[in-house]
Amino acid sequence: MPIPWVHAGPSMLASFLASLVECVEALTVVLAVGTTRGWRSSLAGCASGLLLLLLMVLLLGQALARIPLHRFQLVVGALLLLFGMRWLRKAVLRAAGVLALHDEDAIYRRETQALREHGGAGSGLDKLAFAVTFKSTMLEGLEVVFIVLAISAGRAGLLWPASLGALAALLLVASLGAMVHRPLARVPENTLKFVVGVLLCAFGTFWAGEGMGYAWPGADWSVPGLAAGFLAVSALSVPWCRRLASARAGELAR
Amino acid sequence: MSWLRTALVELWGLFVEDGRYALAIVVWLLLAWLALPLLDLGSGWNAVILAAGLLAILVESVLRRARR
Repeated sequence: MPIPWVHAGPSMLASFLASLVECVEALTVVLAVGTTRGWRSSLAGCASGLLLLLLMVLLLGQALARIPLHRFQLVVGALLLLFGMRWLRKAVLRAAGVLALHDEDAIYRRETQALREHGGAGSGLDKLAFAVTFKSTMLEGLEVVFIVLAISAGRAGLLWPASLGALAALLLVASLGAMVHRPLARVPENTLKFVVGVLLCAFGTFWAGEGMGYAWPGADWSVPGLAAGFLAVSALSVPWCRRLASARAGELAR
Repeated sequence: MSWLRTALVELWGLFVEDGRYALAIVVWLLLAWLALPLLDLGSGWNAVILAAGLLAILVESVLRRARR
């Protein structure tokens, strides 16, 4: 059965953008470790993490394909909503200036300084460098794995578009990292997180509703409608939050 | 076993950052699933009310955090 593009397109976009954000964050750590303690162990840790993540997607993706879909949709929708609404809340608060933005340059400097304090690396495999890049790759990649699996669990046939989206972002960030050898600080991470949060919330709401047995008005076309609704409400919340935060800061200053 | 504890904490953190926010989402999903059909509004309206409730939870949570 062909996959409707109204599901395949947004699922590929969501996993691409989520993977882009997480890969940029992991790249910062890999670069910091590589420049301070050597590239061999840094890249070995990163590659081991990526292999483990790939294995998780393959094994869990196959397992999810065998589970009856309708019984699973409500749980997948609920998990996607918990995950996506957390991302969207944070993106709104960061856009409003309530929470600090992610600063890749600052993180790079902090990581480099911390690694230098551990002394120089010896010959052979540097366990510290391996462990730091392995852990960073796993932590950042776990979110991407969750998104890919959750999106593909919501509807049959979405594992490939979601995986391809994530893989494309990984290749893009790895190529850019290899070319510039600097953290990709200009990537608008919060805007990307905003968009991913909106898409995940739209998917989560749609599948939770379907799992409850409700028929969405417009059927599959309600996914873009839900995304537009989440985007509009979140975008309108940003200036509102900014006003409230500055009023609160004024009260505290008095 | 510290690695297992770390892994579980990380896994929990993927879904829950603000406990009250996460709880509100779960409670609303349960209400929308179990209580909305009792109102007999129709399947389409139930779906719309489900989405509206989630949007309201998001707005309440960000405004509450901004006021703090």
